[in-house]
Amino acid sequence: MQPAEIPTLPRGVRLHWDRVRETWVLLAPERAITLDQVGHAILSEVDGSRSFGEITAGLAAKYNAPQEQIAKDSAGFLGALRERRFLEVA
Amino acid sequence: MTKARPPIAMLAELTHRCPLSCPYCSNPIEMARQDAELSTEEWKSVFAQAADLGVLQLHLSGGEPATRRDLEDLVQAAREAGLYTNLITSGIGLTERRLKALDAAGLDHVQLSLQGTTPEMADEIGGYKGGFKRKMQVAEWIAEIGFPLTLNAVLHRRNLHQLPRALEMAVEMGARRIEVATVQFHGWALKNRDALMPTREQAAEATRIVQEARLRLKGTLVIDYVPADYHSDYPKRCMGGWGSTGLNVAPDGQVLPCHAAQTIPHLRFDNVRERPLSEIWYDGAAFNAYRGTDWMPEPCSSCERKTVDFGGCRCQAMALAGDPAATDPVCIKSPHHVDLQARADAHAAAEYAALIYRSAPGKAPEPAE
Repeated sequence: MQPAEIPTLPRGVRLHWDRVRETWVLLAPERAITLDQVGHAILSEVDGSRSFGEITAGLAAKYNAPQEQIAKDSAGFLGALRERRFLEVA
Repeated sequence: MTKARPPIAMLAELTHRCPLSCPYCSNPIEMARQDAELSTEEWKSVFAQAADLGVLQLHLSGGEPATRRDLEDLVQAAREAGLYTNLITSGIGLTERRLKALDAAGLDHVQLSLQGTTPEMADEIGGYKGGFKRKMQVAEWIAEIGFPLTLNAVLHRRNLHQLPRALEMAVEMGARRIEVATVQFHGWALKNRDALMPTREQAAEATRIVQEARLRLKGTLVIDYVPADYHSDYPKRCMGGWGSTGLNVAPDGQVLPCHAAQTIPHLRFDNVRERPLSEIWYDGAAFNAYRGTDWMPEPCSSCERKTVDFGGCRCQAMALAGDPAATDPVCIKSPHHVDLQARADAHAAAEYAALIYRSAPGKAPEPAE
């Protein structure tokens, strides 16, 4: 994933608070993916307007962590979602 | 026994009525009549109870769910309950107006069945003239509205050669996903094994085509594949494990651990009209009958795969071995495995068998084999 690319959750894929299991999940066709804190933090920033670079810079500032590391982790996570067609990139 | 976890998915069979009469229909041979179906308000209560219980994914199925005139209301109620709503449909009975109403109601995803890639094949298998043309029109409306789409191709000896075209069609329709499902032999399909059983070569070819297409279409089309069961060496992980992840509510409110569970004669099923869904899931006799691994006899109980496939399919063990607690005869460790393989080859080699179509709810069914 390149810094200028803009990730977006396509129609039919959405974040959902699972009140029974008390965790965030990503709901998609035939799938419910349990999100850890990091996964939820990344996806919460995906709004279809901000670029991947802006998102990772924001997360780096928010969590006081190196942007490079965050970009690497996020790219892996978002890339896997993209392969499943749970994420689109503009 | 450890306490069961909450279910993730619920299949709501809104009705057994359907304009199609596919010879592999997963509905039971004895179908629920229209006057026995749950009302709109009863379904709404079931959806709310399901969400409270922990269900995340709701599959609205049938029969043909569009046969229910209250489908739009039901979708809206399910969304309000917090469920992800998936409509499993043949497309017949959906109009552009109804699809727009479903869009407004919040429908999340559409799963469109495919009986064949040509009108000749699809209409013969579905037993409904003009069905294919109608389905293609519905697919266009789905794309115009922008619903995420999964194409659900059901394959068997008669149409397995159409798999490459089915994959192309999924891409052309803008589907993100296709289910390539080789017919599983339950219910009506059991009567049609001589007509529908794929040959070993066909099954291997399908696997090869899927593997190649997964690489070629990576990032474009996700392919979920259900291989030919009888030709496998290990059984399928049926329902993800009995009473572990999913439940099925029949049109008349009976709650089943899987859609074929009524073929197991000793099981007694609870009904949402008489008992809360949560109690049925955790304490119902049918759900606890084969939950976990404590019920397993040998060779399952000492098998290293016992929590991988949970001994396979209970209904298949019933149908083929006459014992619902037996190892699924598909498994190479089953004493029935060799016989099953021989029977599969014999079914696949049968010269020509006319299709036995499913009948309508309330009509006298064809005699069983």
